[in-house]
Amino acid sequence: MTLIKKLITTYIITAPLLALASEVENVNDNKWGLNLSKGVTPFSQDIYDLHMIVLFIVTIIGVGVFGAMFYAMYAFRKSKGAQAEAWHENHVVEAIWTVIPLFILVGIAVPATEALIKMEDVSGSEMTVKVTGYQWMWQYDYVDSGVSMYSKIAESSNFARQRGSGVDPSSVENYLLDVDQMVVLPVDTKIRFLTTAADVIHAWWVPALGWKRDAIPGFINESWAKIEKTGIYRGQCAELCGKDHGFMPIVIKVVEKNEFNRWVALQLENTDTREFAKN
Amino acid sequence: MADSMNLDSGHHEHHAPSGWTRWLTTTNHKDIGSMYLIFSLIMFFIGGAMAMIIRLELFQPGLQFVDPQFYNSMVTMHALIMIFGVVMPAWTGFANWLIPMMIGAPDMALPRLNNWSFWILPFAFSLLLLTLFIPGGAPAGGWTMYPPLVLQTGAAFPFLIFAVHFLGASSIGGAINVLATVFNMRAPGMTLLKLPLFVWTWIITGFLLIASLPVLAGAVTMLLTDKYFGTSFFSAAGGGDPVMFQHIFWFFGHPEVYILILPAFGVVSAIIPTFARKPLFGYQSMVYAVAAIAFLSFIVWAHHMFTVGMPLAGELFFMYTTILIAVPTGVKVFNWVATMWKGAMTFETPMLFALGFVILFTIGGFSGLMLGVTPVDFQYHDTYFVVAHFHYVLVTGAIYSLIAATYFWLPKWTGHMYNETLGKWHFWLSTISVNVLFFPQHFLGLAGMPRRIPDYSVQFAEFNMISSIGGWVYGLSQLLFVYIIIKCVRGGKKASDRVWDGAHGLEWTLASPAPYHSFDTPPDPSTIEGGVR
Repeated sequence: MTLIKKLITTYIITAPLLALASEVENVNDNKWGLNLSKGVTPFSQDIYDLHMIVLFIVTIIGVGVFGAMFYAMYAFRKSKGAQAEAWHENHVVEAIWTVIPLFILVGIAVPATEALIKMEDVSGSEMTVKVTGYQWMWQYDYVDSGVSMYSKIAESSNFARQRGSGVDPSSVENYLLDVDQMVVLPVDTKIRFLTTAADVIHAWWVPALGWKRDAIPGFINESWAKIEKTGIYRGQCAELCGKDHGFMPIVIKVVEKNEFNRWVALQLENTDTREFAKN
Repeated sequence: MADSMNLDSGHHEHHAPSGWTRWLTTTNHKDIGSMYLIFSLIMFFIGGAMAMIIRLELFQPGLQFVDPQFYNSMVTMHALIMIFGVVMPAWTGFANWLIPMMIGAPDMALPRLNNWSFWILPFAFSLLLLTLFIPGGAPAGGWTMYPPLVLQTGAAFPFLIFAVHFLGASSIGGAINVLATVFNMRAPGMTLLKLPLFVWTWIITGFLLIASLPVLAGAVTMLLTDKYFGTSFFSAAGGGDPVMFQHIFWFFGHPEVYILILPAFGVVSAIIPTFARKPLFGYQSMVYAVAAIAFLSFIVWAHHMFTVGMPLAGELFFMYTTILIAVPTGVKVFNWVATMWKGAMTFETPMLFALGFVILFTIGGFSGLMLGVTPVDFQYHDTYFVVAHFHYVLVTGAIYSLIAATYFWLPKWTGHMYNETLGKWHFWLSTISVNVLFFPQHFLGLAGMPRRIPDYSVQFAEFNMISSIGGWVYGLSQLLFVYIIIKCVRGGKKASDRVWDGAHGLEWTLASPAPYHSFDTPPDPSTIEGGVR
């Protein structure tokens, strides 16, 4: 990985714009955001590195190919008295530019395969959260503790987003990315997420975790995240799910483990009261 | 405009009805080609108007102009119109006009099928566009028609399904006709490996169409029976599988994207050698590359749906096959650059658009390679990064090559030169604005903006505003294109038969404008031997 890290460093130095973007850690306040978030999980870091490697490779190829094209446009123009030559084949050259890209692709495929194998390995997870998509909100079931909750767009955003509401979106805090009830998760814990849906297909996506996964009625998809930093991370539904597809945000609040346990206890009390009241 | 495109000078044995019945009953490849092209130009502006509405709503955060449901309809209809109403009919139009002239034939092999294939289109799009005015509005589930969402469509649903059936039938008819023509009506001496690349790319496109469109027809028929006849093909509650639809749809959908772009490769392979005054580099490897791309296009479909949750082995397979497409595509780009190398280039409008194609399509290819890397696609998927990617390959890819092809062959069709100054204006306005329009969308996607949303968080405001301004300038610039075409059809400097001094190919041996029946007698084989590529 050292060579790859070196390449990335070089690239960041040569591309100040992207470096600037990656400096801004918090995606939420990231105006003029240009680049992927590095995220807060080991997987999201792998993804970010892979993204930068492939971006670096295609940039180099682009500079080469477009450079050759612009040079040709400059040097071989009729107005400068260029005479067209007649050759139109060269098997050696053609073989070279078929084989070299193959090697580059293998170079991309190897780290990508490694990352994917890691991503698909949910073994050793310490807790499970089941995420169910509805038109247009999310349900979260903490399978181990029995906590269950719904989470939908915050009232302030929901009011402001109506046509003719007269509210300036920039005056609303976290416009469209705020919910009535956040998903609380513990830090440094391997969490298994099970995604499914009750009506149509949705997709659960928090960019800081590094992945999105479709929530499909009749299917349960498995993914995992180990969040390494406390904080609030925001995301959205990422699969067209009807009229209010743009208005079903996801907000997770990552807290210390003991704080999480306190929260669970509190929730259970509340849930119990509600269940009791129902009976 | 239609009447002034009457290109029947230089023939005497034509007994078609006059007036509008001529256009209804015509079996002539040039008449039908013109109708296809005019139709697709009209649809380009209808689909474009929808894109303008989309960019208007996205100009600022907050909902100002349309409701979310109508916004979703615009997104859905824009895609259906641009794919099925603009790019596919336009390529069939070019095939009609050019293939008989390029292979030394008098007309297409199946003229009545040809007429019918075209006339299905206005009816299909009437059905589709009518849904804008019925209760419940136009389809709003995305052009990909994923169930269960698409099954929530109201009265528009059967219109959508039957429109797609009709469009498929029309395209299959067109494809059969092209293949029958190329395999049966080539002039003596015109062997397969002497065919211009446009014809080659169309042969392969034809096979892709015939293989993939029935699959789409099957998929939408299953949707129809799921909605109205109680089947559960795609309903998990009834033992069906909503993901199966996605597999079937993209088994059609991925070849479809090559149906849209392969003829573009053929056009660019005709234009660059002409204006570089040097033969196309690596003709045979170009043919093999197109064939390789077509083959791969059938085994990469699931890269459109990496996030549905496939087994690891599936994800790896589709990642490897997807990034493999970079190899034959790279060969094509390198070959075009090598064609320019040591040529004697001039930069008339068709060449400008062709060069714009090579650069901007390649940028779309780069983002395509990035998207093909499965783990990273978990981030990119369904964001504006994808929107930027497919608009680079379709707008600055397919549409640019269609514009280039129009400028390139318009003098042959009309007998007049178009206005070169205006053409250059069209190129520069389009190229600057299209990049202002789509390049920032890469940033939006990476920063986390999902696609198909009518409103967005304020952190995305700046780039959306820039993108919208680019969008409107791009849209308006295309009016210049129509003006240039109309002006060229009406009159202008007389075009010579060869038109471009570097032009090669049988079509340039015909008079300008081309006679109504292209080659009444087969062309002299020595012309073909002399190299017509």
